[in-house]
Amino acid sequence: MNNAIKLHPSDNVVVALTTLEPGEQIVIEEIGLLQEVTEKIPYGHKVCVEVIRQDEKILKYGECMGIATNDIQVGQHVHVHNVRGLKESERVVSVADYA
Amino acid sequence: MKTFKGYKRANGTFGVRNHVIVINTVGELAGVANKLADLVPGVVPVIQQGGTSQFPEDAMQTIRTIKGTVGHPNVYAAVILGMGEDDFAEQIAVELREEQCKVEAIVINKNTSIDKIFTDGKTWLNQSYEDSLKVERVDVPITELTIGLECGGSDAWSGITANPAIGVCSDLIVDDGATSILAETTEAIGAEHILARRAVNEQIAKDFLTIVKNYENRILDTGEDIRSANPTPGNMAGGLTTLEEKSLGCIKKGGYAPLQQVLKYAEKPETKGFVFMDTPGYDVESVAGLAAGGSQIVLFSTGKGSPTGSPIVPVIKVGTNPKLYEIMSEHIDVNAGTIVEGKKTLQDVGEEIYNLVMEVADGEKTKAEQHRNQEFAIWRLAQSI
Repeated sequence: MNNAIKLHPSDNVVVALTTLEPGEQIVIEEIGLLQEVTEKIPYGHKVCVEVIRQDEKILKYGECMGIATNDIQVGQHVHVHNVRGLKESERVVSVADYA
Repeated sequence: MKTFKGYKRANGTFGVRNHVIVINTVGELAGVANKLADLVPGVVPVIQQGGTSQFPEDAMQTIRTIKGTVGHPNVYAAVILGMGEDDFAEQIAVELREEQCKVEAIVINKNTSIDKIFTDGKTWLNQSYEDSLKVERVDVPITELTIGLECGGSDAWSGITANPAIGVCSDLIVDDGATSILAETTEAIGAEHILARRAVNEQIAKDFLTIVKNYENRILDTGEDIRSANPTPGNMAGGLTTLEEKSLGCIKKGGYAPLQQVLKYAEKPETKGFVFMDTPGYDVESVAGLAAGGSQIVLFSTGKGSPTGSPIVPVIKVGTNPKLYEIMSEHIDVNAGTIVEGKKTLQDVGEEIYNLVMEVADGEKTKAEQHRNQEFAIWRLAQSI
């Protein structure tokens, strides 16, 4: 039975469907992902599944939802203590960028 | 080509319902409109509280919404109840009759007394209702289907289960050559750059960024700042980290398809595929706009469990978590909580929603329809005068 969900194939985080205890394995049957969480992950929260370096993008839904404020290892909790939102200058640059 | 069983209208559109309705142009007529509709069983009252003492922009929006509601393909015939010299009921009736719609305008204190309204109105409605029962469903290509996408009473699971599952359904519908309309401009604030990037050209991207900016500025004018207020402490406890993430969870109802057009509130799309409509986050007003813009069915995700429906379009509720389904199953059509339980995937639930859309298009009643939840309100941009 799945205990986490990956919302897009390119995501570097998955969402815990139950509260995961340290040492517990992430189970997502359809992609066969099996990794251990290294700290407690409350249900609904994100856990890192690929090493994310400081200043790299956090990808959820295949989109950038924030920037890592320090290195994040596989199995670690990804939340407000190690992620920041985008600054205005990092978001809309100009309309031409979207075409 | 896939088909559904719909009602063919004289103007070439197709409905999934065959309603006879009574609608009021101004809030002062809400009670009279309700009473008139009550005289003929089966007739649906479409009641709103606005319509007078409005800024011009709001008056235009009210007229556009009422016209879109009366001329909706799910509506077989309609009485528009108006009041006073400047009332727009007759004008809408004339314009819609040119589009082959069956419409009767009745204007109080202009050409008729209250007594006569009830007598004449009842006769017209009785006849229309009887005629409506003779119309039979025919095979309609799925490309004639338009689906509205909405959420109300979101919770921490909305962006993980119900919204992306609705997104899977939206992409399936777009792949079929049909149309899906994402709404709720407020919910896109913070992720507008992401959705704009999906625009098919620079102009559409610009249109989208403009409606988000205008909405945000109107909110700022009231002294509220939606960006710094989100995500809320409650959102963070639920696992949401950034504003981008919160808004992404909402816009995922629109799947991954390219953005073809940006619509005004209650405006009809000129294209097939995935489009966005400028509406508020408030469900009742947003659903009324989606319907007036031609959506025949609305998909509605809910975490806290909203019973709301619509007088003219079937609203399919997708519950986000298992607990909600347990306590509010009489209002929930699809339980996306099965994803939280690890029993089903997003793809499974997306296909489940898609299959239900086809059944509802064929005539299957949604929970909101079974309970006759028929809320209706028109979005106001300014205050009353």
